[in-house]
Amino acid sequence: MSAQTIAVEVRAAEKVFANGIRALDPIDLVVREGEIVTLVGPSGCGKSTLLRLIAGLVQPSAGRIGLSPEAQSAGLAFVFQNPTLMPWASVERNVRLPLDLSGVERARAEDKVRHALELVGLNDFARFYPRELSGGMQMRASIARALVTGPRLLLMDEPFGALDEITRNRLDRDLSELCAREKLTVLFVTHSIYEAVFLSSRVLVMSARPGRIFEEVAIDESQPRRDAFRTTEKFARLSAVLSGMLAAAMHEMPA
Amino acid sequence: MSDRKWLQVGAPIAVGLAFVLVWHALVVINEVPPYIVPSPFLVMKTLAQDWGLLSGSLLVTLQVTGAALALAVVLGVSLSILFVQSRLIEASLLPYAVILQVTPLVAIAPLIIIWVDEPRTALVICATVASIFPVIANTTIGMRSVDPALLDLFRMYGASRMQTLMRLRIPSAAPYFFAGLRVAAALALIGAVVAEFVAGTGGTQSGLAYQILMAGLQLNIPRLFAALILITLTGIALFLLVTALARVSLRRWHESELPQER
Repeated sequence: MSAQTIAVEVRAAEKVFANGIRALDPIDLVVREGEIVTLVGPSGCGKSTLLRLIAGLVQPSAGRIGLSPEAQSAGLAFVFQNPTLMPWASVERNVRLPLDLSGVERARAEDKVRHALELVGLNDFARFYPRELSGGMQMRASIARALVTGPRLLLMDEPFGALDEITRNRLDRDLSELCAREKLTVLFVTHSIYEAVFLSSRVLVMSARPGRIFEEVAIDESQPRRDAFRTTEKFARLSAVLSGMLAAAMHEMPA
Repeated sequence: MSDRKWLQVGAPIAVGLAFVLVWHALVVINEVPPYIVPSPFLVMKTLAQDWGLLSGSLLVTLQVTGAALALAVVLGVSLSILFVQSRLIEASLLPYAVILQVTPLVAIAPLIIIWVDEPRTALVICATVASIFPVIANTTIGMRSVDPALLDLFRMYGASRMQTLMRLRIPSAAPYFFAGLRVAAALALIGAVVAEFVAGTGGTQSGLAYQILMAGLQLNIPRLFAALILITLTGIALFLLVTALARVSLRRWHESELPQER
Protein backbone atom coordinates (compact mmCIF):
# COMPACT_ATOMS: atom_id res chain seq x y z
CA MET A 1 0.00 0.00 0.00
CA SER A 2 1.61 3.20 -1.11
CA ALA A 3 0.58 5.74 1.48
CA GLN A 4 2.03 8.51 -0.62
CA THR A 5 -0.12 8.14 -3.72
CA ILE A 6 -2.61 10.95 -3.95
CA ALA A 7 -6.25 9.89 -4.30
CA VAL A 8 -7.90 13.32 -4.33
CA GLU A 9 -6.32 16.66 -5.00
CA VAL A 10 -8.27 19.88 -4.74
CA ARG A 11 -6.44 23.02 -5.85
CA ALA A 12 -7.90 26.47 -5.23
CA ALA A 13 -11.38 25.19 -5.92
CA GLU A 14 -14.15 27.59 -5.01
CA LYS A 15 -17.89 27.69 -5.38
CA VAL A 16 -20.18 30.62 -5.82
CA PHE A 17 -23.77 29.64 -6.48
CA ALA A 18 -25.91 31.24 -9.15
CA ASN A 19 -27.75 33.24 -6.47
CA GLY A 20 -24.46 34.88 -5.49
CA ILE A 21 -23.94 32.95 -2.27
CA ARG A 22 -20.30 32.14 -1.77
CA ALA A 23 -20.29 28.60 -0.42
CA LEU A 24 -16.60 27.90 -0.57
CA ASP A 25 -13.49 30.08 -0.54
CA PRO A 26 -10.60 28.85 -2.66
CA ILE A 27 -9.67 25.62 -0.96
CA ASP A 28 -6.71 23.24 -1.10
CA LEU A 29 -7.06 19.66 -0.01
CA VAL A 30 -5.13 16.46 -0.53
CA VAL A 31 -6.30 13.00 0.43
CA ARG A 32 -3.75 10.20 0.09
CA GLU A 33 -4.65 6.65 -0.69
CA GLY A 34 -5.76 4.62 2.32
CA GLU A 35 -6.39 7.71 4.41
CA ILE A 36 -9.60 8.43 6.26
CA VAL A 37 -9.96 12.19 6.25
CA THR A 38 -12.79 13.88 8.10
CA LEU A 39 -14.17 17.35 7.58
CA VAL A 40 -15.78 18.91 10.64
CA GLY A 41 -17.22 22.36 10.90
CA PRO A 42 -20.29 24.38 11.76
CA SER A 43 -23.32 23.89 9.56
CA GLY A 44 -23.20 25.96 6.41
CA CYS A 45 -19.42 25.88 6.23
CA GLY A 46 -19.44 24.24 2.83
CA LYS A 47 -18.41 20.72 3.88
CA SER A 48 -21.15 19.12 1.83
CA THR A 49 -20.48 21.43 -1.11
CA LEU A 50 -16.84 20.40 -1.10
CA LEU A 51 -17.83 16.74 -1.10
CA ARG A 52 -20.28 17.29 -3.93
CA LEU A 53 -17.59 19.09 -5.92
CA ILE A 54 -15.29 16.10 -5.59
CA ALA A 55 -18.13 13.74 -6.53
CA GLY A 56 -18.73 15.78 -9.67
CA LEU A 57 -22.31 16.58 -8.66
CA VAL A 58 -21.48 20.29 -8.65
CA GLN A 59 -19.00 22.11 -10.89
CA PRO A 60 -16.43 24.41 -9.24
CA SER A 61 -16.62 28.11 -10.11
CA ALA A 62 -12.83 28.17 -10.26
CA GLY A 63 -9.92 25.93 -9.44
CA ARG A 64 -9.20 22.30 -10.15
CA ILE A 65 -10.21 18.94 -8.75
CA GLY A 66 -8.11 15.92 -9.57
CA LEU A 67 -8.74 12.27 -8.84
CA SER A 68 -6.12 9.54 -9.05
CA PRO A 69 -6.45 7.34 -12.14
CA GLU A 70 -7.38 4.51 -9.82
CA ALA A 71 -10.16 6.45 -8.11
CA GLN A 72 -11.38 7.50 -11.52
CA SER A 73 -11.45 4.07 -13.12
CA ALA A 74 -12.54 1.90 -10.20
CA GLY A 75 -14.88 4.71 -9.38
CA LEU A 76 -15.83 6.64 -6.34
CA ALA A 77 -18.98 6.16 -4.38
CA PHE A 78 -21.08 8.63 -2.46
CA VAL A 79 -23.01 7.93 0.71
CA PHE A 80 -25.71 10.49 1.42
CA GLN A 81 -26.97 11.94 4.70
CA ASN A 82 -30.08 9.81 4.43
CA PRO A 83 -30.13 6.18 3.35
CA THR A 84 -31.64 7.32 0.02
CA LEU A 85 -33.06 3.92 -0.80
CA MET A 86 -35.85 3.30 -3.28
CA PRO A 87 -38.79 2.43 -0.98
CA TRP A 88 -40.46 0.28 -3.64
CA ALA A 89 -37.48 -2.04 -4.06
CA SER A 90 -36.02 -4.71 -1.79
CA VAL A 91 -32.59 -4.22 -0.20
CA GLU A 92 -31.15 -6.55 -2.81
CA ARG A 93 -32.53 -4.53 -5.72
CA ASN A 94 -31.44 -1.27 -4.10
CA VAL A 95 -27.89 -2.51 -3.72
CA ARG A 96 -27.91 -3.84 -7.29
CA LEU A 97 -28.97 -0.47 -8.74
CA PRO A 98 -25.51 0.85 -9.74
CA LEU A 99 -24.80 -2.43 -11.53
CA ASP A 100 -28.21 -2.47 -13.24
CA LEU A 101 -27.69 1.08 -14.46
CA SER A 102 -24.39 0.21 -16.08
CA GLY A 103 -25.80 -2.99 -17.56
CA VAL A 104 -23.78 -5.55 -15.61
CA GLU A 105 -24.95 -9.06 -16.42
CA ARG A 106 -27.47 -10.40 -13.89
CA ALA A 107 -25.62 -13.42 -12.46
CA ARG A 108 -22.43 -11.45 -11.92
CA ALA A 109 -24.36 -8.57 -10.43
CA GLU A 110 -26.03 -10.91 -7.95
CA ASP A 111 -22.66 -12.24 -6.80
CA LYS A 112 -21.44 -8.73 -6.21
CA VAL A 113 -24.61 -7.80 -4.33
CA ARG A 114 -24.20 -10.81 -2.06
CA HIS A 115 -20.60 -9.83 -1.37
CA ALA A 116 -21.50 -6.20 -0.66
CA LEU A 117 -24.29 -7.25 1.72
CA GLU A 118 -21.83 -9.53 3.51
CA LEU A 119 -19.42 -6.62 3.97
CA VAL A 120 -22.03 -4.64 5.88
CA GLY A 121 -23.58 -7.65 7.64
CA LEU A 122 -26.94 -7.56 5.91
CA ASN A 123 -26.92 -10.96 4.14
CA ASP A 124 -30.06 -12.09 5.94
CA PHE A 125 -32.00 -9.00 4.92
CA ALA A 126 -31.63 -9.09 1.15
CA ARG A 127 -35.36 -9.55 0.53
CA PHE A 128 -36.52 -6.98 3.07
CA TYR A 129 -37.95 -3.64 2.04
CA PRO A 130 -36.33 -0.47 3.40
CA ARG A 131 -39.27 0.37 5.64
CA GLU A 132 -38.91 -3.00 7.34
CA LEU A 133 -35.37 -2.13 8.49
CA SER A 134 -34.13 0.05 11.35
CA GLY A 135 -32.40 3.33 10.57
CA GLY A 136 -28.98 1.80 11.16
CA MET A 137 -29.72 -1.13 8.87
CA GLN A 138 -30.99 1.20 6.16
CA MET A 139 -27.68 3.05 6.38
CA ARG A 140 -25.83 -0.27 6.08
CA ALA A 141 -27.83 -1.04 2.93
CA SER A 142 -26.88 2.38 1.59
CA ILE A 143 -23.20 1.65 2.24
CA ALA A 144 -23.54 -1.76 0.60
CA ARG A 145 -24.91 -0.04 -2.49
CA ALA A 146 -21.89 2.29 -2.49
CA LEU A 147 -19.50 -0.66 -2.16
CA VAL A 148 -21.11 -2.86 -4.79
CA THR A 149 -19.15 -1.35 -7.67
CA GLY A 150 -15.87 -1.94 -5.82
CA PRO A 151 -14.88 1.75 -5.47
CA ARG A 152 -11.49 2.81 -4.10
CA LEU A 153 -12.74 6.14 -2.81
CA LEU A 154 -15.74 6.63 -0.55
CA LEU A 155 -17.28 10.08 -0.06
CA MET A 156 -19.58 10.14 2.95
CA ASP A 157 -21.77 13.12 3.76
CA GLU A 158 -22.78 12.87 7.42
CA PRO A 159 -23.98 9.33 6.86
CA PHE A 160 -24.76 8.55 10.51
CA GLY A 161 -25.92 12.01 11.58
CA ALA A 162 -29.54 11.00 12.02
CA LEU A 163 -28.84 7.88 14.07
CA ASP A 164 -28.78 7.43 17.83
CA GLU A 165 -25.36 7.44 19.46
CA ILE A 166 -25.24 3.71 20.21
CA THR A 167 -26.01 2.77 16.62
CA ARG A 168 -23.65 5.40 15.32
CA ASN A 169 -20.76 4.09 17.44
CA ARG A 170 -21.31 0.56 16.15
CA LEU A 171 -21.47 1.71 12.55
CA ASP A 172 -18.32 3.81 13.02
CA ARG A 173 -16.47 0.80 14.40
CA ASP A 174 -17.69 -1.47 11.59
CA LEU A 175 -16.81 1.16 9.00
CA SER A 176 -13.31 1.46 10.41
CA GLU A 177 -12.80 -2.29 10.11
CA LEU A 178 -14.28 -2.37 6.64
CA CYS A 179 -12.03 0.41 5.38
CA ALA A 180 -8.92 -1.22 6.79
CA ARG A 181 -9.83 -4.60 5.32
CA GLU A 182 -10.83 -3.28 1.90
CA LYS A 183 -8.08 -0.63 1.85
CA LEU A 184 -10.56 2.13 1.12
CA THR A 185 -9.82 5.81 0.97
CA VAL A 186 -12.53 7.84 2.71
CA LEU A 187 -13.46 11.48 2.84
CA PHE A 188 -16.02 11.83 5.61
CA VAL A 189 -18.14 14.80 6.64
CA THR A 190 -19.52 14.98 10.16
CA HIS A 191 -20.80 17.28 12.89
CA SER A 192 -19.50 15.05 15.61
CA ILE A 193 -16.03 15.63 17.04
CA TYR A 194 -16.01 12.18 18.62
CA GLU A 195 -16.88 10.50 15.36
CA ALA A 196 -14.12 12.46 13.66
CA VAL A 197 -11.50 11.47 16.23
CA PHE A 198 -12.60 7.85 16.25
CA LEU A 199 -12.57 7.31 12.50
CA SER A 200 -9.93 9.55 10.98
CA SER A 201 -6.30 9.47 10.23
CA ARG A 202 -6.62 13.23 9.72
CA VAL A 203 -9.26 15.77 10.73
CA LEU A 204 -9.76 19.05 8.90
CA VAL A 205 -11.61 21.76 10.77
CA MET A 206 -13.53 24.12 8.51
CA SER A 207 -14.86 27.56 9.25
CA ALA A 208 -17.99 29.11 7.82
CA ARG A 209 -19.10 31.11 5.52
CA PRO A 210 -17.44 31.28 3.08
CA GLY A 211 -15.95 27.94 4.00
CA ARG A 212 -12.26 27.31 4.23
CA ILE A 213 -9.96 24.92 6.04
CA PHE A 214 -9.10 26.42 9.40
CA GLU A 215 -6.96 23.77 11.11
CA GLU A 216 -5.68 20.28 10.59
CA VAL A 217 -5.11 17.55 13.19
CA ALA A 218 -3.50 14.17 12.63
CA ILE A 219 -4.93 11.31 14.69
CA ASP A 220 -1.95 9.12 15.36
CA GLU A 221 -3.53 5.76 16.16
CA SER A 222 -3.40 2.51 14.24
CA GLN A 223 -6.30 1.48 12.00
CA PRO A 224 -8.75 -0.17 12.34
CA ARG A 225 -9.96 1.52 15.48
CA ARG A 226 -11.39 -0.52 18.35
CA ASP A 227 -14.14 0.50 20.77
CA ALA A 228 -11.52 0.68 23.52
CA PHE A 229 -9.97 3.69 21.76
CA ARG A 230 -12.95 5.79 22.84
CA THR A 231 -12.07 5.50 26.53
CA THR A 232 -8.36 6.29 26.22
CA GLU A 233 -6.78 9.45 27.52
CA LYS A 234 -5.54 10.18 23.99
CA PHE A 235 -9.08 10.14 22.64
CA ALA A 236 -10.21 12.58 25.31
CA ARG A 237 -7.25 14.88 24.68
CA LEU A 238 -7.72 14.94 20.91
CA SER A 239 -11.46 15.56 21.32
CA ALA A 240 -10.71 18.51 23.59
CA VAL A 241 -8.20 19.94 21.12
CA LEU A 242 -10.70 19.65 18.29
CA SER A 243 -13.48 21.20 20.39
CA GLY A 244 -11.26 24.21 20.97
CA MET A 245 -10.46 24.54 17.29
CA LEU A 246 -14.09 24.24 16.32
CA ALA A 247 -15.05 26.91 18.85
CA ALA A 248 -12.37 29.19 17.40
CA ALA A 249 -13.56 28.47 13.86
CA MET A 250 -17.08 29.44 14.87
CA HIS A 251 -15.91 32.65 16.55
CA GLU A 252 -14.66 33.80 13.19
CA MET A 253 -18.20 34.22 11.96
CA PRO A 254 -21.22 36.06 13.25
CA ALA A 255 -23.32 33.45 15.03
CA MET B 1 -62.91 -11.69 10.91
CA SER B 2 -62.23 -9.53 13.93
CA ASP B 3 -64.92 -7.64 15.79
CA ARG B 4 -63.66 -4.50 14.21
CA LYS B 5 -64.09 -5.82 10.71
CA TRP B 6 -67.60 -7.04 11.50
CA LEU B 7 -68.40 -3.55 12.64
CA GLN B 8 -66.97 -2.01 9.47
CA VAL B 9 -68.99 -4.32 7.22
CA GLY B 10 -72.04 -4.83 9.41
CA ALA B 11 -72.77 -1.25 10.39
CA PRO B 12 -73.22 0.14 6.85
CA ILE B 13 -75.34 -2.89 5.88
CA ALA B 14 -77.57 -2.33 8.90
CA VAL B 15 -77.99 1.33 7.94
CA GLY B 16 -78.84 0.31 4.37
CA LEU B 17 -81.45 -2.22 5.49
CA ALA B 18 -83.01 0.27 7.87
CA PHE B 19 -83.15 2.85 5.08
CA VAL B 20 -84.89 0.41 2.71
CA LEU B 21 -87.42 -0.57 5.38
CA VAL B 22 -88.22 3.05 6.31
CA TRP B 23 -88.51 3.91 2.63
CA HIS B 24 -90.91 0.99 2.09
CA ALA B 25 -92.92 1.87 5.21
CA LEU B 26 -93.26 5.53 4.21
CA VAL B 27 -94.41 4.58 0.71
CA VAL B 28 -96.98 2.12 2.04
CA ILE B 29 -98.28 4.28 4.92
CA ASN B 30 -98.62 7.43 2.84
CA GLU B 31 -99.91 5.49 -0.18
CA VAL B 32 -97.38 7.23 -2.45
CA PRO B 33 -98.11 6.24 -6.06
CA PRO B 34 -95.30 4.29 -7.81
CA TYR B 35 -94.88 7.02 -10.47
CA ILE B 36 -93.73 9.41 -7.73
CA VAL B 37 -91.72 7.12 -5.43
CA PRO B 38 -91.86 3.36 -5.96
CA SER B 39 -91.33 1.01 -3.04
CA PRO B 40 -87.83 -0.50 -2.95
CA PHE B 41 -89.33 -3.93 -3.50
CA LEU B 42 -91.09 -2.76 -6.66
CA VAL B 43 -87.73 -1.38 -7.85
CA MET B 44 -86.11 -4.76 -7.28
CA LYS B 45 -88.96 -6.48 -9.11
CA THR B 46 -88.61 -4.08 -12.03
CA LEU B 47 -84.87 -4.64 -12.11
CA ALA B 48 -85.48 -8.37 -12.47
CA GLN B 49 -88.32 -7.97 -15.01
CA ASP B 50 -86.46 -5.47 -17.21
CA TRP B 51 -83.10 -7.21 -16.84
CA GLY B 52 -82.97 -8.03 -20.55
CA LEU B 53 -83.23 -4.35 -21.50
CA LEU B 54 -81.23 -2.97 -18.57
CA SER B 55 -78.35 -5.46 -18.76
CA GLY B 56 -77.77 -4.48 -22.41
CA SER B 57 -77.62 -0.83 -21.38
CA LEU B 58 -75.40 -1.65 -18.42
CA LEU B 59 -72.97 -3.32 -20.78
CA VAL B 60 -72.90 -0.24 -23.03
CA THR B 61 -72.25 2.08 -20.08
CA LEU B 62 -69.55 -0.25 -18.79
CA GLN B 63 -67.88 -0.37 -22.20
CA VAL B 64 -67.94 3.40 -22.65
CA THR B 65 -66.65 4.03 -19.12
CA GLY B 66 -63.97 1.34 -19.38
CA ALA B 67 -62.74 2.50 -22.78
CA ALA B 68 -62.68 6.14 -21.62
CA LEU B 69 -60.79 5.31 -18.45
CA ALA B 70 -58.24 3.23 -20.36
CA LEU B 71 -57.75 6.06 -22.85
CA ALA B 72 -57.45 8.62 -20.06
CA VAL B 73 -54.76 6.50 -18.41
CA VAL B 74 -52.75 5.89 -21.58
CA LEU B 75 -53.00 9.48 -22.85
CA GLY B 76 -52.71 11.04 -19.40
CA VAL B 77 -49.61 9.10 -18.40
CA SER B 78 -48.00 9.70 -21.82
CA LEU B 79 -48.62 13.44 -21.50
CA SER B 80 -47.19 13.46 -17.98
CA ILE B 81 -44.05 11.73 -19.22
CA LEU B 82 -43.73 14.39 -21.93
CA PHE B 83 -44.27 17.17 -19.36
CA VAL B 84 -41.55 15.82 -17.12
CA GLN B 85 -39.07 15.56 -19.98
CA SER B 86 -39.34 19.21 -20.88
CA ARG B 87 -40.59 22.28 -19.08
CA LEU B 88 -41.24 23.86 -22.49
CA ILE B 89 -43.68 21.13 -23.50
CA GLU B 90 -45.38 21.36 -20.14
CA ALA B 91 -45.65 25.13 -20.33
CA SER B 92 -47.07 24.92 -23.86
CA LEU B 93 -49.63 22.18 -23.28
CA LEU B 94 -50.68 22.37 -19.64
CA PRO B 95 -52.91 25.45 -20.10
CA TYR B 96 -54.96 23.54 -22.66
CA ALA B 97 -55.35 20.60 -20.35
CA VAL B 98 -56.58 23.07 -17.74
CA ILE B 99 -59.00 24.62 -20.25
CA LEU B 100 -60.40 21.16 -21.00
CA GLN B 101 -60.76 20.59 -17.28
CA VAL B 102 -62.50 23.86 -16.37
CA THR B 103 -64.94 23.92 -19.27
CA PRO B 104 -68.01 21.97 -18.15
CA LEU B 105 -68.40 18.74 -20.07
CA VAL B 106 -72.10 19.41 -20.70
CA ALA B 107 -71.04 22.47 -22.65
CA ILE B 108 -68.55 20.63 -24.88
CA ALA B 109 -70.47 17.39 -25.29
CA PRO B 110 -72.91 18.66 -27.99
CA LEU B 111 -69.97 19.77 -30.15
CA ILE B 112 -68.17 16.47 -29.82
CA ILE B 113 -71.38 14.64 -30.64
CA ILE B 114 -71.91 16.75 -33.76
CA TRP B 115 -68.31 16.35 -34.92
CA VAL B 116 -68.00 12.63 -34.32
CA ASP B 117 -70.34 10.55 -36.46
CA GLU B 118 -70.11 7.30 -34.56
CA PRO B 119 -72.19 7.83 -31.38
CA ARG B 120 -70.30 5.33 -29.24
CA THR B 121 -66.98 6.95 -30.14
CA ALA B 122 -68.41 10.36 -29.26
CA LEU B 123 -69.47 9.09 -25.85
CA VAL B 124 -66.01 7.62 -25.22
CA ILE B 125 -64.35 10.91 -26.18
CA CYS B 126 -66.62 12.88 -23.83
CA ALA B 127 -65.93 10.55 -20.94
CA THR B 128 -62.19 10.65 -21.66
CA VAL B 129 -62.20 14.46 -21.66
CA ALA B 130 -64.03 14.36 -18.34
CA SER B 131 -61.58 12.00 -16.68
CA ILE B 132 -58.12 12.70 -18.09
CA PHE B 133 -57.15 15.72 -16.01
CA PRO B 134 -56.66 14.06 -12.62
CA VAL B 135 -54.47 11.44 -14.29
CA ILE B 136 -52.27 14.10 -15.92
CA ALA B 137 -52.09 16.36 -12.86
CA ASN B 138 -51.37 13.65 -10.32
CA THR B 139 -48.93 11.66 -12.40
CA THR B 140 -46.97 14.79 -13.33
CA ILE B 141 -46.70 15.89 -9.70
CA GLY B 142 -45.72 12.35 -8.76
CA MET B 143 -42.96 12.16 -11.35
CA ARG B 144 -41.62 15.51 -10.20
CA SER B 145 -41.75 14.58 -6.51
CA VAL B 146 -38.72 12.37 -6.75
CA ASP B 147 -36.29 12.36 -3.84
CA PRO B 148 -33.56 14.77 -5.06
CA ALA B 149 -30.86 12.64 -3.44
CA LEU B 150 -32.06 9.64 -5.46
CA LEU B 151 -31.91 11.79 -8.59
CA ASP B 152 -28.30 12.71 -7.69
CA LEU B 153 -27.55 9.05 -7.19
CA PHE B 154 -28.92 8.12 -10.60
CA ARG B 155 -26.96 10.96 -12.15
CA MET B 156 -23.77 9.85 -10.43
CA TYR B 157 -24.10 6.35 -11.83
CA GLY B 158 -24.67 7.75 -15.30
CA ALA B 159 -28.31 6.73 -15.65
CA SER B 160 -29.90 7.55 -19.00
CA ARG B 161 -33.15 9.51 -19.24
CA MET B 162 -34.97 6.28 -19.99
CA GLN B 163 -33.46 4.52 -16.97
CA THR B 164 -34.32 7.46 -14.72
CA LEU B 165 -37.87 7.41 -16.06
CA MET B 166 -38.46 3.68 -15.76
CA ARG B 167 -36.59 2.98 -12.54
CA LEU B 168 -37.14 6.20 -10.62
CA ARG B 169 -39.85 8.54 -11.87
CA ILE B 170 -42.55 6.03 -12.70
CA PRO B 171 -42.29 4.04 -9.44
CA SER B 172 -42.18 7.29 -7.45
CA ALA B 173 -45.31 8.49 -9.22
CA ALA B 174 -47.32 5.32 -8.58
CA PRO B 175 -49.03 6.45 -5.35
CA TYR B 176 -49.95 9.79 -6.92
CA PHE B 177 -51.16 8.06 -10.08
CA PHE B 178 -53.48 5.78 -8.12
CA ALA B 179 -54.92 8.72 -6.20
CA GLY B 180 -55.64 10.35 -9.57
CA LEU B 181 -57.04 7.14 -11.01
CA ARG B 182 -59.57 6.90 -8.19
CA VAL B 183 -60.95 10.34 -9.10
CA ALA B 184 -60.68 9.63 -12.82
CA ALA B 185 -62.72 6.42 -12.52
CA ALA B 186 -65.61 8.30 -10.94
CA LEU B 187 -65.33 11.09 -13.53
CA ALA B 188 -65.30 8.62 -16.44
CA LEU B 189 -68.62 7.20 -15.30
CA ILE B 190 -70.07 10.68 -14.81
CA GLY B 191 -68.74 11.64 -18.24
CA ALA B 192 -70.32 8.59 -19.87
CA VAL B 193 -73.69 9.33 -18.26
CA VAL B 194 -73.68 13.07 -18.94
CA ALA B 195 -72.61 12.61 -22.54
CA GLU B 196 -75.40 10.17 -23.12
CA PHE B 197 -77.94 12.56 -21.63
CA VAL B 198 -76.76 15.16 -24.11
CA ALA B 199 -76.48 12.79 -27.05
CA GLY B 200 -79.67 10.92 -26.35
CA THR B 201 -78.64 8.05 -28.59
CA GLY B 202 -81.45 5.60 -28.96
CA GLY B 203 -81.89 2.11 -30.29
CA THR B 204 -79.85 -0.90 -29.28
CA GLN B 205 -76.76 1.20 -28.65
CA SER B 206 -78.17 2.97 -25.64
CA GLY B 207 -76.64 2.98 -22.19
CA LEU B 208 -78.14 3.39 -18.73
CA ALA B 209 -78.43 7.16 -18.95
CA TYR B 210 -80.68 6.82 -21.97
CA GLN B 211 -82.87 4.36 -20.02
CA ILE B 212 -83.17 6.92 -17.23
CA LEU B 213 -84.06 9.64 -19.72
CA MET B 214 -86.70 7.47 -21.41
CA ALA B 215 -88.10 6.08 -18.16
CA GLY B 216 -88.46 9.65 -16.90
CA LEU B 217 -90.34 10.72 -20.00
CA GLN B 218 -92.62 7.68 -19.77
CA LEU B 219 -93.09 8.17 -16.02
CA ASN B 220 -91.76 4.64 -15.59
CA ILE B 221 -90.22 5.60 -12.24
CA PRO B 222 -89.52 2.05 -11.02
CA ARG B 223 -87.35 1.47 -14.09
CA LEU B 224 -85.66 4.84 -13.59
CA PHE B 225 -84.75 3.78 -10.06
CA ALA B 226 -83.55 0.39 -11.31
CA ALA B 227 -81.23 2.04 -13.86
CA LEU B 228 -80.05 4.48 -11.22
CA ILE B 229 -79.16 1.60 -8.91
CA LEU B 230 -77.16 -0.03 -11.70
CA ILE B 231 -75.18 3.18 -12.31
CA THR B 232 -74.43 3.48 -8.61
CA LEU B 233 -73.33 -0.16 -8.46
CA THR B 234 -71.08 0.44 -11.47
CA GLY B 235 -69.50 3.38 -9.67
CA ILE B 236 -68.94 1.33 -6.52
CA ALA B 237 -67.46 -1.56 -8.51
CA LEU B 238 -65.06 0.81 -10.29
CA PHE B 239 -64.01 2.34 -6.99
CA LEU B 240 -63.35 -1.06 -5.44
CA LEU B 241 -61.43 -2.19 -8.53
CA VAL B 242 -59.12 0.85 -8.46
CA THR B 243 -58.67 0.53 -4.70
CA ALA B 244 -57.71 -3.13 -5.08
CA LEU B 245 -55.26 -2.28 -7.87
CA ALA B 246 -53.62 0.38 -5.72
CA ARG B 247 -53.40 -2.01 -2.80
CA VAL B 248 -51.75 -4.75 -4.84
CA SER B 249 -49.23 -2.32 -6.35
CA LEU B 250 -48.32 -0.31 -3.25
CA ARG B 251 -48.82 -2.74 -0.39
CA ARG B 252 -45.18 -3.63 0.10
CA TRP B 253 -43.84 -0.13 0.39
CA HIS B 254 -46.16 2.87 0.43
CA GLU B 255 -47.55 4.37 3.63
CA SER B 256 -51.03 4.74 2.15
CA GLU B 257 -51.50 0.99 1.85
CA LEU B 258 -49.63 -0.29 4.86
CA PRO B 259 -51.63 -2.46 7.24
CA GLN B 260 -52.61 -0.56 10.38
CA GLU B 261 -50.65 -1.91 13.29
CA ARG B 262 -51.87 -0.93 16.69
